[in-house]
Amino acid sequence: MQLVLEKRAERSNTIALISPLIAIGLTIVTMSILFVILGKNPISALGVYFIDPLTDSYSLQEIAVKASPLVMIAIGLSLCYLANAWNIGAEGQFLVGAVAGSWLAVKTNGTDAGYWVMPAMLLLGAAAGALYALIPAICKVRFGASEILTSLMLVYVADLFLDYLVRGPWRDPKGFNFPTTAEFDPVATVPVLIDGGRLHLGALIALVVVAAGAVLLGKTIKGFEIRVVGAAPRAARFGGFNSNQLILLTFAISGALAGLAGIIEVAGPVGHLQPGISPGYGFTAIIVAFLGRLNPVGILIAGLFLALTFIGGEQAQIAMKIPLDVTKVFQGILLFYVLACDSLILYRFRLIPASPKVHRGAR
Amino acid sequence: MELVEAIILSVLAASTPLLLAATGELVTERSGVLNLGVEGMMIVGAACGFGGAWLSGSIIIGALCGVVAGILMSLIFALMALGLAVNQVATGLALTILGIGLSGLIGARFVGERIAPAPHLNIPGLTDIPLAGRILFGEDGFVYLSIALVFGIWWLLYRTRAGLILRACGDNHISAHALGYPVLRIRLYAVMFGGACAGLAGAYLPLAYTPFFIPGMTAGRGWIALALTVFASWRPARLVVGAYLFGAVTILQLHAQGAGIGIPSQFMSSLPYLATIIVLVLLSRARTGGSTAPAALGTVFVPDR
Repeated sequence: MQLVLEKRAERSNTIALISPLIAIGLTIVTMSILFVILGKNPISALGVYFIDPLTDSYSLQEIAVKASPLVMIAIGLSLCYLANAWNIGAEGQFLVGAVAGSWLAVKTNGTDAGYWVMPAMLLLGAAAGALYALIPAICKVRFGASEILTSLMLVYVADLFLDYLVRGPWRDPKGFNFPTTAEFDPVATVPVLIDGGRLHLGALIALVVVAAGAVLLGKTIKGFEIRVVGAAPRAARFGGFNSNQLILLTFAISGALAGLAGIIEVAGPVGHLQPGISPGYGFTAIIVAFLGRLNPVGILIAGLFLALTFIGGEQAQIAMKIPLDVTKVFQGILLFYVLACDSLILYRFRLIPASPKVHRGAR
Repeated sequence: MELVEAIILSVLAASTPLLLAATGELVTERSGVLNLGVEGMMIVGAACGFGGAWLSGSIIIGALCGVVAGILMSLIFALMALGLAVNQVATGLALTILGIGLSGLIGARFVGERIAPAPHLNIPGLTDIPLAGRILFGEDGFVYLSIALVFGIWWLLYRTRAGLILRACGDNHISAHALGYPVLRIRLYAVMFGGACAGLAGAYLPLAYTPFFIPGMTAGRGWIALALTVFASWRPARLVVGAYLFGAVTILQLHAQGAGIGIPSQFMSSLPYLATIIVLVLLSRARTGGSTAPAALGTVFVPDR
């Protein structure tokens, strides 16, 4: 007997619907085993991870705060991935957006600049993210260089550039030599939605981005072109779609969204520019995009779920001394299971008798 | 003269992990599989390699732990990309994300520990030759191993039947399958070899390069190794040139930082990454006539029967 993979006659819609749930279930089982290996009670560990953050308003707000950048970035990435353009440098675009917007905040710090500062910062952040994402896109379209490698290399460059700025020219002179800029002025910060709470305007912007993504993909010709170029490149060529232009477009949009997420993060929850403003949002957003099936609504749900794991991971570290790296392991395993389950939409397993020797030969 | 010798020695040391990882990835890609998880396999190799060496007190056991860890990681990739026909780009990314988390988890208890680094060859008489002695006869074992490995792979790919079959799988898996070759099994071996090399390359860092482990110590070397296979047009000989060039960029920027020329250190540190981008652009541009990449690279293969 032999277990083989074979293509289904048509894609299975049932599996398409339930596969993210199967993936999450399998991940939780795997995590329980990992908790046992780490010598923790799996039931209480899972409780701290997935249930506790849902029980108080502070954590609920914090989930929305963490989900906002994830969702924004993942919507942009999903456009790229649908068009078969592999932007994996969203983390770098996030950082560059944060830097570009912070430039204005630093320059206007302590002056009597008015309320135009914050919107201008957001625009700067989005523009810088888009330009930064266009570097790998242009290298791909113009020279054929792998966008995967170039976009990733730019993450390291952006990280070092931010580090240089906050240790060098932008360092807060009153900051006791910590590598950080001065706290942003109130006009340079993203307002909170509930007085005294953490939830800020970024959450609303993320919702707008989800709606815009859904309209773009579902209701416009461009959205249709993006999907066709990725799913059936030959058909797209016959249709006269310009795939190079779509690569540039999807990279620019995803870069802009990542940059916007970056500046919102700095001008909102963080309040100043410093190294380590992102716990890997740009990379986690890749998981969000796939877990959400590259679908805007799916991404919203997936973003909230992964934000939950960030909060749960922090609480588990405090309450049960579970290392923070467990969250990354969790995210990696989740992505594996999501991809594996998605494979069963197009393929299925079948047990067949061992193939007779004659079919093997022909050496 | 001593400075020149010191620079060449450090270039060789910085290049060796790149060469090891890139050699493994070259074999994987020549079989038609694009494993983007090199960084993840390397960093787990680094954590396990250091752990093995620290617990056992033996560099060789440490290196073996790194190799085994790399193979185990590559098996996860193989299960997904070969067994379940999942998109190889996404699977490779997942492997890197998982690897970074796992290495942090495994390596946490070793952070701050030190070991005696891998010993260097010492042949009385030969090693003492001025200038060339230490460069040719005074390296650690990994350096010699990496060069032997590249040569062995060149021989395998171009001088043996096995190499021909491997390349056939990478260039046209349908033809290879039609001829009766077990495409998926050959690819599995190639992926495992890539994992072993990446694990060893990762282990090199805490065992020979710096005698301690810090989380994230691969710092993108796995990705640079991936770029090197493109740089080398998937040919082992050019891989050596590429790896040593990149090692040289890394070391020269370090020396420039040490010499205190007025450029901020962060700009110098970003040079290897910028160099990778520039090289990729220049090479891809020079190659507009036709790609030298294995024709089936990154495509899914599900045998029909």
